[in-house]
Amino acid sequence: MAGAVTLSSMLDTFNVLLYAADPPEGEGPWWGVGIDISKCIGCGLCARACKVENQVPQEPFYYRTWVEQYTILKDGTTKVESPNGGIDGFDQSVEEKDIFKTFFVPKMCNHCAKSPCTQVCPVGATFESPDGVALVDDKYCIGCSYCVQACPYGCRYIHPEKKTADKCTLCYHRIKRGLDPACMEICPTGSRIYGDLNDKDSDLVRYLKENVTRILKPHLNTGAKLFYNALSQEVS
Amino acid sequence: MPIQLKRLLPLFIIFIGLFLIVRHFLVPDTFGQYGHYRGDALIDNASRNLVHASKEDCHECHSDIQEKLENDMHASLSCLVCHGPGLMHVADPLAENIEKMSGRTFCGRCHQLNAARSTDMIYQIDIATHHTEKDNCIECHNPHEVWEGLE
Repeated sequence: MAGAVTLSSMLDTFNVLLYAADPPEGEGPWWGVGIDISKCIGCGLCARACKVENQVPQEPFYYRTWVEQYTILKDGTTKVESPNGGIDGFDQSVEEKDIFKTFFVPKMCNHCAKSPCTQVCPVGATFESPDGVALVDDKYCIGCSYCVQACPYGCRYIHPEKKTADKCTLCYHRIKRGLDPACMEICPTGSRIYGDLNDKDSDLVRYLKENVTRILKPHLNTGAKLFYNALSQEVS
Repeated sequence: MPIQLKRLLPLFIIFIGLFLIVRHFLVPDTFGQYGHYRGDALIDNASRNLVHASKEDCHECHSDIQEKLENDMHASLSCLVCHGPGLMHVADPLAENIEKMSGRTFCGRCHQLNAARSTDMIYQIDIATHHTEKDNCIECHNPHEVWEGLE
């Protein structure tokens, strides 16, 4: 009996590894994001607005959000392009007759409930906030870039001036003031939405009910809270 | 207790005491308030400066344009799409400090033919061949009333 209790209490620690993301118990919102691929027109305004709002360095390689164009050719190969993260827009580089299917995929932090990036931080400088946003404490970060390596979605970078890890904050300074994140405020087609997963009336919960969504790399069990609608299997 | 342990014991107590004192000064007060991180980091993140205004800010003064847009093709657009971040303009509305972006390249970001754009979502033209005699799209299309005066 005592042995069973001990064993179950030991296994309890690993529950987080076994089950999908559940909202933490307690009051308040738990933010998640939805991106509808069928609505995205690849204007790249989200990536541009993000850089302006969050003072992300303008040169390429530093993105909190960016847009990729996937082109699946008739010969079965897949071409992925993201010229300057889509900030300057897209030109179709493949002739129409060779294309089987093509679409835009906006990428950003998945704000995982069991984020690999926060688990590896040696100093407690990155964390999931109580409302489900993965944030960086830039006064505490030592710039070791373990988190940059750990993120399976490539959503982090080392800020060239601050020398600390930097990433999407879901515009925490905006959502806390009741405003939409910059990328979602500017999205002309409403392809990007965010909402409270705890609130059954929120835009995001309605979106999840109305659509068949998927997350990226579900086999990694990151508890990602970025739900794509109409996303092809080629994207990982 | 053996003599060698007795002699080491005060040393150990001093080291542990020193460790606790140093730790007290190095660990921030709010560390561990919500989890294994500095609780004040939430406030730091939330108190950053805004750069983009919001649609609602624009509507406070420009309700006439809001009404026009509501019945138009561009109804889903935020003003910021063509007018830039706009917070400077909200702070000082009388100054000429708002962007007015237009032209083939800018309009083409959304409206240039691209197989990846759904035709259900957006009207598309080939900007290289569409009425090349005109310089700017807004000579014919008023972005606030896209089809007005064209038919």
